[in-house]
Amino acid sequence: MLRDLTIGQYYPVESPIHRLDPRTKFLGTIIYVVSLFLFKSFWGFLLTGGFLVMVTVLARIPPKYVIKGMRPMLFLLLFMMIFNLLLTPGEVIGEWWIFSVTKEGIYAALFMGLRLAMLVLGSSLMTYTTTPNKLTAGMESVFGFLKIFKVPVHELAMMISIALRFIPILLEETNKIMKAQQARGADFETGGPIKRAKALIPILIPLFISSFRRAGELAEAMEARCYHGGEGRTKMKPLKYHIGDLVAYIVLAGLVAGCIFIP
Amino acid sequence: MSLILDKINYYYSKGTAFESKALKNISLTIPDGEFIGLIGHTGSGKSTLIQHMNGLIRADSGSIYYNGQDIYDKDFKMTELRRKVGLVFQYPEHQLFEATVIKDVLFGPTNMGMDKLKAELAAYGALKAVGIGEDLIDASPFELSGGQKRRVAIAGVLAMSPEILILDEPTAGLDPAGRTEILRLLKKIHEDNGITVILVSHSMEDVAEYAERLIVIDDGEIKYDDEPRKVFTHIDELRKTGLEIPECTELVGRLADLGLKVDRSCLTVDEAVASILQSTGY
Repeated sequence: MLRDLTIGQYYPVESPIHRLDPRTKFLGTIIYVVSLFLFKSFWGFLLTGGFLVMVTVLARIPPKYVIKGMRPMLFLLLFMMIFNLLLTPGEVIGEWWIFSVTKEGIYAALFMGLRLAMLVLGSSLMTYTTTPNKLTAGMESVFGFLKIFKVPVHELAMMISIALRFIPILLEETNKIMKAQQARGADFETGGPIKRAKALIPILIPLFISSFRRAGELAEAMEARCYHGGEGRTKMKPLKYHIGDLVAYIVLAGLVAGCIFIP
Repeated sequence: MSLILDKINYYYSKGTAFESKALKNISLTIPDGEFIGLIGHTGSGKSTLIQHMNGLIRADSGSIYYNGQDIYDKDFKMTELRRKVGLVFQYPEHQLFEATVIKDVLFGPTNMGMDKLKAELAAYGALKAVGIGEDLIDASPFELSGGQKRRVAIAGVLAMSPEILILDEPTAGLDPAGRTEILRLLKKIHEDNGITVILVSHSMEDVAEYAERLIVIDDGEIKYDDEPRKVFTHIDELRKTGLEIPECTELVGRLADLGLKVDRSCLTVDEAVASILQSTGY
């Protein structure tokens, strides 16, 4: 169950998309998300879908891995689609009890569903192809202008990168604790909801304790290396745009233009 | 009463880009009452192997028999196997969660369906066996020292009265005194209760003195399975797999290379001293 959670986890392969500057990928994701909301006909999905497939292929990420990452989103997706289907007013096609399905409802459900699915797929492509470190550096640089308004950009970026970095570690830890408790006869699979909820206590308490311990250790290690926040901090590997980034921006501009002018 | 592994194969992350073979055709017989050292450097597959022994990981191919019963059989009771084959994970103190020491130790026996009185007897017995005094029984496990926490965690598995006790790096992160204490404790539990102990380690020093049988695993394969003395004669091959032989054995080996008539198979300081003194005629 937990091992299948691939959303947001870096996928280490060598590809032109992996090599792109993190700023390009971050801004590109924003541009892509905005362009998803620019068109009103289904032709737009053909364009954005084509873009998505192209990036996925270029990034050399197996489609199976991408689809597996979508699984946790499935419930939310269905939930939204059903609501849109039943609660949109318009030309009634079929009625059942207090619900009525309208032509506009079907249209809205399909449209919203596809839009949300592509939003998640697109933004997870960014985290598949960018290491948390690079992603943070990119975000920090993109949002750098906010420093004028006294927004602690560096600190926020650092927090996000630590949170991202800890996802796989905590998952692994959870697996380990689950196994250790199973070795002591713990049973997580049978019984009613109350029994199952109770069975989580032997996992959650050690997990909490270990995250606090890890957080403490990390803070100590950072202090030992004289970390004091973003002020006056320089980078070992400053971000630099390459020719590939120019190409990426041109393609993105094409995508936006296409989405605006599509019938 | 024995555990038999027959041609076990296991892959990590099957079907993804991260796929790799973790165990290759492992066959092992673990009879009653042995003290076994399982050695291999980090990533050799030793932790994966021991998790097969109590059914936490299911092999991709091969069979495991416990007392003649196939553990992958549909009718086989996995809880029973987990009781009989107690597994203590690395840093077991990280799994403590109860409010008091005794409650935490009771977790295993209670899960195994023992009645209250029996479970409490087992828990007290286990705590005594690991040397946790009665004054600590109602303390919070989080107030104890590192070494004490680890002993409480070991007691948590021991309280299920296993027939085979497997420990993954039980001395990791302890100071030399704490290491010796844990190892002596295991030896004593092994002798007093007659249970099989499998000690997993990457340190030859830890294992040399206590194990009667040594299994060396490298890259998912069993390299040697023999008495420690015999295994340590393969100095060069062991070194290639990233393992160091005990310092004493290395010393007498080098002296022997220089022409001194010493016994190459010395494992402990005492043996080495005796052998060197004898050869030099003192």
